[in-house]
Amino acid sequence: MSFVAIVRQPIKPSDILQRVGGDEDGASILFVGVVRNHNDGFPVKGVRYEAYEKMAKSVLEEIVMEAQSEYGTDRIATVHRIGDLVVGDVSVAVAVSSHHREQSFLASRFIMEEIKKRLPVWKKEFYLDGREDWTAGITPTSVLITEPTG
Amino acid sequence: MLFFASYKEGVGSGQMDVRLPIGAKVSDLISELHSKGENFSCLPDSVVVAVNHVYSEPVTTLNDGDEVAFIPPVAGG
Repeated sequence: MSFVAIVRQPIKPSDILQRVGGDEDGASILFVGVVRNHNDGFPVKGVRYEAYEKMAKSVLEEIVMEAQSEYGTDRIATVHRIGDLVVGDVSVAVAVSSHHREQSFLASRFIMEEIKKRLPVWKKEFYLDGREDWTAGITPTSVLITEPTG
Repeated sequence: MLFFASYKEGVGSGQMDVRLPIGAKVSDLISELHSKGENFSCLPDSVVVAVNHVYSEPVTTLNDGDEVAFIPPVAGG
């Protein structure tokens, strides 16, 4: 029942939330990531997300599968937008529903943290003063450890 | 080979082909690129690589037709 997508069109958070939930669930949570108007003290007018699309889709599926297995709910919808976005645009949305709130909170947090660590997506920021720069980002080293320990 | 974001700008191309000896590993490919000179100096020695859409180790052996992507530090979300 999980849903995963990399999209170029605007994300409507209510549509993502509607993909989860059910009579058996007492909790639904929606996380929305939004383009903000500043970074490191510099005014930002917009960003460009670039992705290795084929891989990003499979990595996102992998992350959601892990969340599903770890937190016991398969009612998960995750969408990441790529292309040119302006301040206020939604860049990512994660919706989770579960029997109890703890599973939803934890699964949502897990998915966002893993997106930050290993989703092959890059962000270029465009500043009001005309400069542009790639966000420093995180080197996805931990993903190379494929064998679970313990 | 595929290059993205800052690597694409540094290399000056998003895609190119390379010939390697049979049995070559990811680390051999990185050495080969570094030996070609300046355009590839943007790739760190410990550059992260995905082979056929899966994060891979330097010791991964490459096969004919593999899609090798050079992955800069990620910044999704």
